[in-house]
Amino acid sequence: MPLNSRTPAGPIEKRWENTKFEMKLVNPANKRKYNVLVVGSGLAGGSAAATLAELGYNVKCFCFQDSPRRAHSIAAQGGINAAKNYQNDGDSIYRLFYDTVKGGDFRARESNVYRLAQISVNIIDQAVAQGVPFAREYGGTLANRSFGGAQVSRTFYARGQTGQQLLLGAYQALERQIDAGRVKMYPRTEMLDLIVIDGKARGIVTRNLVTGQVDVHIADAVILATGGYGNVFYLSTNAKGSNVTAGWRAYKRGAYFGNPCFTQIHPTCIPVSGDYQSKLTLMSESLRNDGRIWVPKKQGDTRPPQQIPEAERDYFLERIYPSFGNLVPRDVASRAAKRMCDEGCGVGPTGLGVYLDFGASIERLGRQAISERYGNLFEMYERITGESPYRVPMRIFPAVHYTMGGLWVDYHLMSTVPGLFVLGEANFSDHGANRLGASALMQGLADGYFVIPYTLGNYLAANPVEKVSENHPAAKAAIEEVTGRIKKLLGVNGTRTVDSFHRELGKIMWDHCGMARNAKDLYAAAAKIRELKTEFWQNVNVLGESTDLNQSLEKAGRVADFLELGELMCIDAAERNESCGGHFREEHQTPEGEAMRDDENYAYAAAWEFKGEGQPAVLHKEDLTFEYVKPSQRSYK
Amino acid sequence: MRLTLNIWRQKSPSAKGKMVPYTLDNVSEHMSFLEMLDVLNEQLITKGQEPVAFDHDCREGICGSCGFVINGVAHGPRRGTTVCQLHMRSFNDNDELFLEPWRAAAFPVLKDLIVNRSSFDRIIGAGGYVSVATGSATDGNAILVPKPESDMAMSAAACIGCGACVAACPNASASLFTGAKIAHLGLLPQGQPERHSRALNMVAQAKEEGFGNCTNIGECEAVCPKGIQLENIARMNRDYLVGAVLYREPQAEAGAG
Repeated sequence: MPLNSRTPAGPIEKRWENTKFEMKLVNPANKRKYNVLVVGSGLAGGSAAATLAELGYNVKCFCFQDSPRRAHSIAAQGGINAAKNYQNDGDSIYRLFYDTVKGGDFRARESNVYRLAQISVNIIDQAVAQGVPFAREYGGTLANRSFGGAQVSRTFYARGQTGQQLLLGAYQALERQIDAGRVKMYPRTEMLDLIVIDGKARGIVTRNLVTGQVDVHIADAVILATGGYGNVFYLSTNAKGSNVTAGWRAYKRGAYFGNPCFTQIHPTCIPVSGDYQSKLTLMSESLRNDGRIWVPKKQGDTRPPQQIPEAERDYFLERIYPSFGNLVPRDVASRAAKRMCDEGCGVGPTGLGVYLDFGASIERLGRQAISERYGNLFEMYERITGESPYRVPMRIFPAVHYTMGGLWVDYHLMSTVPGLFVLGEANFSDHGANRLGASALMQGLADGYFVIPYTLGNYLAANPVEKVSENHPAAKAAIEEVTGRIKKLLGVNGTRTVDSFHRELGKIMWDHCGMARNAKDLYAAAAKIRELKTEFWQNVNVLGESTDLNQSLEKAGRVADFLELGELMCIDAAERNESCGGHFREEHQTPEGEAMRDDENYAYAAAWEFKGEGQPAVLHKEDLTFEYVKPSQRSYK
Repeated sequence: MRLTLNIWRQKSPSAKGKMVPYTLDNVSEHMSFLEMLDVLNEQLITKGQEPVAFDHDCREGICGSCGFVINGVAHGPRRGTTVCQLHMRSFNDNDELFLEPWRAAAFPVLKDLIVNRSSFDRIIGAGGYVSVATGSATDGNAILVPKPESDMAMSAAACIGCGACVAACPNASASLFTGAKIAHLGLLPQGQPERHSRALNMVAQAKEEGFGNCTNIGECEAVCPKGIQLENIARMNRDYLVGAVLYREPQAEAGAG
C-alpha cells in the first residue's frame, strides 16, 4: 500500500485552518452514538479522552497503571514550549517551527511541525484555565525560561514538575468526565490486541491485570496514546511499566512502524551503580547552564576529583565546541561523553561517567544562588548516590530517554489502518531524528486537546461503519490468540527469569543500537536478538496463574514484544546509511567525528510493514520535502 | 549487608494474608529499596516461588505508584522520600524489617503489598477540577496570579496521590490528600467559581469511600514524601464551612427562546 500522508497544500500557515474547514462534522446529537476507545491516559490519551467526552462521544479509556494520573508523562521535569512571545525576545510560531524542524535534523514533516507550533499557544491557555500552577512573575504574569539551548525564552514550567502538573490538569478534566458518566475508565487494564474488521480498526482485546479476565471492546475508532518504547534498552529513564505492546500488536495488524531506530539519549543521567540497577534517573538538562563537564586528562586516573589539579582536567565540551560549550544539544553532548569514556578517561567505579562540576559556579555565584536554582535536584542526586554535589562533582552518563520513532501516522494522526489513530510519543510524527527539550509535553497535548477532536470527527462522519458484535469472528480470533499466548508464556516452565532476558536484550541494544552504530554490528545484533527470542520462548520461567494479579506474566508479554521490536530497530538503523540527530552511524561522520546527513538518499521517513511471522518487514518510504526550512548541516563549534 | 525481611503475603483480596520471613544476603548500600526487592524476587522465581507483588512505576518519586509500610512507617525511615528513592544505605547489616501494605478500609488489599486506591480517583472526580472544556480558555496572561499564591498552590499541587497520609493516619483519613487539591484550586483565581461546591462534594465523597475524619494528629504530614502541609486541611475545612453556610439548591435552567 503506498503511503498517503494527506499533507495539505497551500501556504503553510493556512494548512491546518483549511484542513479544519474542509473536514466533515458530526452532528452534536449524533456524537453520543459513536464509541471511541482511548488506550493510554498520559498527556495525549488523557487530554484526548477528556476532550472527546466533552464533545459528546462515548469514550472508554484504558491504562495499565492503577490510576490514569500515574501515566509516565508525570515524570517530565523541564517544561513545555509555546510560541507566546510573552518575553518580547523575538519568538514566533515560525521560529518555533523552524527550530523544531532544524533540531529534528530535517527528518520531520514540515506541515505537522508548523501545526504543532501554532497549537502550542492554545495549550498554555487551556492549562492555565484548568489551574495548572505555572511559575509566575511578581506581577502575576507567566514566567518563562530558556531551555535546551534555545535562544529565546519560550518554556513554561511548574518548578521541576511540569509534566506532573500538566498531566494532573488533563487527569482532572478526565475524572470530571468519568464522574459525569461520559468516559468509562478501565485502570489496571492492558491492551493485548487490535481488532480489525473489513480493513478498519474496530476494537481491542484487553486483559484485566487484577482478575486476568480477557475482554473484547468494540468501537467505531481506536486511539493509541501508549507512549514510547525506550524500555527496549532495559535501562532507560522510562517508568518500569512503559512498553510497546499496544503499538506492536497494532503493527502486526497492519499499522506501519515509523523510524523505529530514532532514539534520544539524554546526556545528564545518574550512572549505573551495579547489576541490580533497575532504571536510570534523569537529572534536568538545566544543570548544564551552570555545571562544567570534564574528565581527567590521564586515562584511568583514579584520584578523587578534588585532587586532580585544574591543568589535568579536560573540559571536553568547552574544548571541542567553544561557541556552545556545555550547552550543545543532547545528542552531541551524549556522544562526546561516550567518546571520552571509550578512550579510557571515564570516572566512577565503572569508568562510565563524566563529572558535572559546580565548583566554579559556587565560587562565582555563592552556594545560596546555586541552591536556589538546583537545590531540589542536588537533594535528589544525594538521595540516590549518597554524595553531595555541593562538595563533590556530580557523576553523569547518557541514558535512553525518548523515542522519536513510533507508529507511522498521516497529517490526521491516522495510522495505515483506517480508524486507528496514534497520538503523543507513540506516533513517529513531529520530532524527526532528535527531539528538542520541552517539546514532548507540547506534542502530547497538541495531539490530544486540539488535533484528534477534529480529525476523528472527520473520519467518523466520512466513514460510516456497520454495527458489529463482540462475537464477530475477528474478535473471537483475536481473543483466542491472546489467551493462547498467555497460556504459552505460562507453559514454557524454563529456567531463566523474564528480567534476565530483558537485561540481555537491553545490553545488545545499548552496545550496538545505542549512541554509535555501524551496519556490521547492527546486523549481527539483529541476529543475536532473533536467537534470544527463540531461547525466550523455550526457556523463560513465568510463575503463577493467568487468572489473578501476576506481574511476571505482564512483564513476560511485554518483553516478548520488545524482543521483536529490538530486531526491527537494528534493521532500521542498519538500512539508514547516514547519521542524523540521535542516529549516529560510525561509517558516516566527518573527520572531526560529527554526524553526516545524506539528504539526497535519506530524506524520508521509514515506515515498516509487517509481513508475517518469520518474514522480513518491508520498508516503505515517505519522502520529506522542505519548502520552508532549507536543510543545513548543524554546527555547534 | 544481610537483611531479614518479613513481608505481608496475601494471594487475593479475599484470601487471608500473613507475614512471611525471608533472608537476603549481599545487599548493596547503593541499591534502592525496590531494587533490593527485585533481587529478592529474582531469587524467589529461581526457587520456583511466586515473587512479591508491589506497585511501582517511575521509580523516581513522582508517579505515586509505590508505597508500603516499613517497620511501621509509611515509605520507611527517610523523610520526604518514597520507597523507590529510599536507598539501602538507610539500613544496617542484620536489620530485621517488616513490610506491610497500606492499611485502610478504603484501600482494600489486592495482593501482597498492592492496594486498590481508586477511591482517590473518585474524590477527584467529585470536584477536584476546574470545569473548563477544551477550547474555552482565554489567553494565559489574561488571568494574573500573585506569585505567593501561585507558589502556595504549586506546593499543594505537588501531591502524588500515593496514599501514605491515609496509611499513617489512625483514622485512615484522606484529609491531607483531599485538602491539598481543594487548597491548590481554591488558592487560584481559576478555581474560585467552584471553590465551595468543590469542598462540599469532595469531602462528601471521601466520607462515602470510608475514609475517616481528621483529628489533627499530623502523622500524615510527617510521612508525606512531598511535604504537603497540614495547613491544607485548614483550608479545606474553611472552604467546606463557607460552602455549607452558602449552600442553595441548584436552580433549574430554563430553556429560553
